Amino acid sequence: MMSTDADRQIANMDGEAALPRSNGELVFQAPWEGRAFGIAVAMNEDGLYSWREFRDKLVEEIAAAGEDATGSAYYEQWLASLEKLAIQRGFVTPEEMDARTEEYASGERDDDHDDH
Amino acid sequence: MTATHVEDHVHDQPMSGVALRSVAIEALLAEKGLLTADEVQRQVNLMDGRTPADGARVVARAWVDAEFKARLLADSRSALAEMGIAIPEETPHLAVVENTEAVHHLVVCTLCSCYPWPILGLPPTWYKSAPYRSRAVIEPRAVLKEFGLELDDSVEVRVWDSTAEVRYMILPDRPQGTGEMSEAELVDLITRDSMIGVARAKSPASVA
Repeated sequence: MMSTDADRQIANMDGEAALPRSNGELVFQAPWEGRAFGIAVAMNEDGLYSWREFRDKLVEEIAAAGEDATGSAYYEQWLASLEKLAIQRGFVTPEEMDARTEEYASGERDDDHDDH
Repeated sequence: MTATHVEDHVHDQPMSGVALRSVAIEALLAEKGLLTADEVQRQVNLMDGRTPADGARVVARAWVDAEFKARLLADSRSALAEMGIAIPEETPHLAVVENTEAVHHLVVCTLCSCYPWPILGLPPTWYKSAPYRSRAVIEPRAVLKEFGLELDDSVEVRVWDSTAEVRYMILPDRPQGTGEMSEAELVDLITRDSMIGVARAKSPASVA
């Protein structure tokens, strides 16, 4: 069911004019989004999966996420897609992903790699 | 390039969960030799360099050169290569469809966000939104009206659903009163939205 908020959003897409833009377009809302984009495309170019495979996964993620009128979760869905493919292919394990993410979050991992 | 380069960014400022996760996967894949941070950066840089201005140059050329237009509509890859826009063989096909007085074309990706990156850069957020993705195929005229484009009932509307294999760019109709304009001047009339199909190209009066 279309909400009126979404209707207004389509009509007023230039409401984003207040946000920073590059070449007139808001490209990425945060640096990590650009990175996630780059990782997904690099993985494809490096032959880790076909673009059809990535796209099918992204379609699944978008459908599973449900109605996302603002599109703000888009790069989260993008990241989830490439991560799931990486796990399915055996490139990384969920345990490695969780552990590494936690190491960064806790500050346990730093730039001094003599420790590990 | 080792994972160290990726991890240098981790402590620049507090990062969200997804941001940390993106660093983690890049670092792990790089450590396993599956990709490099340089390759990732190259993709980011490539996309940063792409804007709708590239597509506008192509449209302007097609407007002034009928043979180029014919080549563009028949085989976009080689026509775009003529203009210095590379579309490698293994990447999605880019189909160009021409708006006329009788037919107005509109592009969508109903399932995600497939879009002709090489000539338009990244898609706007509204293009990726659920309302646009569903309504563009169900009620295209209503969507166009919300973008400020009202078409006569006699004009046929055709909606193209993009896929992993095929992306679409609209060749907008050349506005009236542009016969004396140079190719470079014409570029200024051609907007991203006109190449998606939710708008017409600008009239010369609007940019005078």
